[in-house]
Amino acid sequence: MNGIHDMGGMHGMGPIQAEKNEPVFHARWEGRVYALNRATGAWGTWNLDASRHSREVIPPAEYLRMSYYEKWLAGMIGLLVQTGLVTQAEIDSGKPAPGSAKATPRLTPAMASQVVSRGIPAVRDVSVSPRFHAGQRVRARNMHPTGHTRLPRYARGKFGTIERDHGPYVFPDSNAHFQGEKPQHVYSVRFAARELWGEQASPRDSVYIDMWDDYLEPA
Amino acid sequence: MSTTRRGFLAGAGAAAAQDLAHAKDHGHTDHGHSHQAVPSDPALRVKSLESLLVEKGLVDRAALDVLVDTYEHKIGPRNGARVVARAWADPAYKQRLLTNASAAIAELGYTGLQGEHMLVVENTPQVHNIVVCTLCSCYPWPVLGLPPVWYKSAPYRSRAVIDPRGVLREFGLELSADTEVRVWDSTAELRYLVLPERPAGSEKLSEEALAELVTRDAMVGVAKVTLPKPGARA
Repeated sequence: MNGIHDMGGMHGMGPIQAEKNEPVFHARWEGRVYALNRATGAWGTWNLDASRHSREVIPPAEYLRMSYYEKWLAGMIGLLVQTGLVTQAEIDSGKPAPGSAKATPRLTPAMASQVVSRGIPAVRDVSVSPRFHAGQRVRARNMHPTGHTRLPRYARGKFGTIERDHGPYVFPDSNAHFQGEKPQHVYSVRFAARELWGEQASPRDSVYIDMWDDYLEPA
Repeated sequence: MSTTRRGFLAGAGAAAAQDLAHAKDHGHTDHGHSHQAVPSDPALRVKSLESLLVEKGLVDRAALDVLVDTYEHKIGPRNGARVVARAWADPAYKQRLLTNASAAIAELGYTGLQGEHMLVVENTPQVHNIVVCTLCSCYPWPVLGLPPVWYKSAPYRSRAVIDPRGVLREFGLELSADTEVRVWDSTAELRYLVLPERPAGSEKLSEEALAELVTRDAMVGVAKVTLPKPGARA
């Protein structure tokens, strides 16, 4: 979707404000939101792409106003309610609905540690042919899907060169909407800064973007 | 369940909006923030949500404690600094790091979430690398920990790709026009770590002392690694 989250190249966002000796979490609730996201994500009811999309659908004005972990909270509540794990009434009251079943298994401390150290690989050991090869000139497709995509707007329609084939990965555009993993090759694609931004950019600079097969067409 | 999942696509936007609307309403009723125009105190909302999920048997508080403790105390940029120092001290390790980063980083015990597929990009006198995630906040957790607020902020995400030199200047790093700047936009599941240039004058330092010099910002590519000024404490 052409959402506010797709920020690359926008103007007017102001200076970067780096905080010295910044804490990992600025308040206890931020850490709890982070952990709740991990714990609820571990059920496998949704996936990382759906989780990202749940934040992208926050209305633009709210997205810009909210702090990072407020966005995570809003996205997580959206997923919890949409997948039926909790009801909006339960969210509002903070109490389980009378007679609602207890879930098992819940995420234990041991499982939590395991998820952290093992990760959730997105690479897939499947045999799908790459449509492109290193060194090839390509063009990022000019497409504007209304759902989740990881093809940033600033690259659409632009010409680049395949630098490297990373192999097949889960395709976020379908996975975010529970329409299958559709594994396909991901490439590192080099775009000259001048191709993206015109004459104002340095002729020496470039932006490397990781792109799935379906985002590309031959140049 | 699959119908519910598919239904999510259509309902997600509305749900987020509803959630916000609820939050606004309840700012007035539940928590007595009568003059609050924005969603009620997230601390209260999170506490309530946590209790609900615990009571429903969906979450174990002890698991949450482990997760918070891990990212507050165990995983952070010191991990990445050790990787960088090893690469500086051991050319064979550096070679492995540049050709198979995930495996080389795992040699030091750093694996897991948001570091499943690692790539290391090397700064040289000719090339400067800088990492961003324009679409969200992708960042190599096992080696750098969770990202700082500025990395996740609109100013950095919007500007790093269109004006990397201006961004670097704001961080106090002025690059010559001859330097090639490579911006890495983390749009997929590959996570990037910058291998900074080893500072001149650090030839005699031990690997441990080298690791002390390496900063988070240098490994994101918004700073260089420097030796402490004589007389100053590192």
